[in-house]
Amino acid sequence: MSLNLPVYLDHNATTPCDPRVVEAMIPYFTQSFGNAASRNHSFGWQAEDAVDNAREQVAKLIGADPKEIIFTSGATEGDNLGIKGVFDMYASKGNHIITCNIEHKAVIDTCKHIEREGGEVTYLDVKPNGLIDLQELEAAIKPTTILIAIMYANNEIGTIMPVREISALARKHGVLFFTDAVQAVGKIPVDVNKDGIDIMAFTAHKMYGPKGVGALYVRRKNPRVKVTAQIDGGGHERGMRSGTLNVPGIVGFGKACEICLQEMESDTARIIKLRDKLENALLKVEESYLNGDKEARLPHVTNISFKYVEGEGLMMGFNKNIALSSGSACTSASLEPSYVLKALGLGDDLAHSSLRFGLGRYTTEEQIDFTIEQVSGTVNKLREMSPLWEMFKEGIDLNTIEWAHH
Amino acid sequence: MAYSEKVIDHYQNPKNVGTLDKTKNTVGTGLVGAPECGDVMRLQIEVDEATGIIKDAKFKTFGCGSAIASSSLATEWLKGKSVDDAVKIDNMTIVEELNLPPVKIHCSVLAEDAIKAAINDYRKKNGLEELKFEESVIH
Repeated sequence: MSLNLPVYLDHNATTPCDPRVVEAMIPYFTQSFGNAASRNHSFGWQAEDAVDNAREQVAKLIGADPKEIIFTSGATEGDNLGIKGVFDMYASKGNHIITCNIEHKAVIDTCKHIEREGGEVTYLDVKPNGLIDLQELEAAIKPTTILIAIMYANNEIGTIMPVREISALARKHGVLFFTDAVQAVGKIPVDVNKDGIDIMAFTAHKMYGPKGVGALYVRRKNPRVKVTAQIDGGGHERGMRSGTLNVPGIVGFGKACEICLQEMESDTARIIKLRDKLENALLKVEESYLNGDKEARLPHVTNISFKYVEGEGLMMGFNKNIALSSGSACTSASLEPSYVLKALGLGDDLAHSSLRFGLGRYTTEEQIDFTIEQVSGTVNKLREMSPLWEMFKEGIDLNTIEWAHH
Repeated sequence: MAYSEKVIDHYQNPKNVGTLDKTKNTVGTGLVGAPECGDVMRLQIEVDEATGIIKDAKFKTFGCGSAIASSSLATEWLKGKSVDDAVKIDNMTIVEELNLPPVKIHCSVLAEDAIKAAINDYRKKNGLEELKFEESVIH
């Protein structure tokens, strides 16, 4: 096989649509364009049937009942609805929420909003491997706690939280468990019953579906969970999310879920081999470090810091041909590197030096070989240019230098 | 954000990467920035004792493409200048030459600081009073 350029290794940011998904969506733009809420004519019925079918496909992937699926515009909305909706609905029970400090901004900023509304939020630290400490979690639960909001898998380092242990603690203390499962659903088996999840946000575009559509799983039995709507309107989606349904998007989401269910095992087997090849080769580069737990991790992600080179500068060496992300924040006004990597206890220097590789369904071995060559070559080239590398090689401890902080 | 062609050119073909002997009295070294901030620049000048002209300049930079380009450009501009003229290099001329976007202005500031630090190191070594500069505003 020939090398297909450019190489896309940013699948944690978004994925391409699977052509089968697009094909399924097309009729719902032009022929079957009805409003799923139009109950009195065939256009509406067709749309409703399509949505019902998709709802089943989505539910099946996560082991849920179709009635437990609330379609949203994506996971940011799902995070907002899930967390704010519980905070509003269960106000009489308490006002305390427990989350952790490596959540996506959609969760952290929602929690910050809740604090401004009079809620109380505990942000658990994570261990150096990126996982929360279950004892700390249990110790944080108090009589006013209504919700534990912990992500299923992290978007930057790919680590998988001990979801079943978390949900067991939630059950034990009569607290609801919400999880942002954007990175996990479609990539690894997620089962809301086996995993003990009460509310879960996920989205289509991270699993080869279209952008702008997602779902919130809301448990209906044991316990029956309700969330207060955050958007007022026609009372769609069992009154929890008003707004005309994005029928083509939902159809595509359903198809994407169906494909993931069928192909997850074979996709994973192939991708994990490529990921390991990439990771093993890059960790052979001197002074390179893996970020996050090696075992409890999504099969398609690896996050590596290359000490003494800066991530954005590093990416510039190959970003014409390879697309990926860095924990460096050189482009942001704050100049703060990734808060996720910092939460692991990485120094800012290592956080600035990190690259995230996210492989996907269409990643080929040729592309991985090319990436290994390009990345390690650029690391070496930039180290020749790096004063820090020179000092390191001369045996100077960089911590003893008094840097002019900017 | 796309980089300007000049930044890409300096990144791909950096000028004057290297190290001068910092123990020599004719060499001034400026090390600015911090690893935690994602930018460290080391800029060195070697001054011709007889003429006061900068006869060589070298840099090494840990940072993004714009930081590398800013320091590469700075070394090019320094060579052949007198120390007195070198002090006058302003970060905004680097910004203009490289078409740096606003989020990258700090890279040019760092380069200017590195030039000044190198000159002061040279002056100090040669018994001259260190020049005082206003604090740079943006970092």
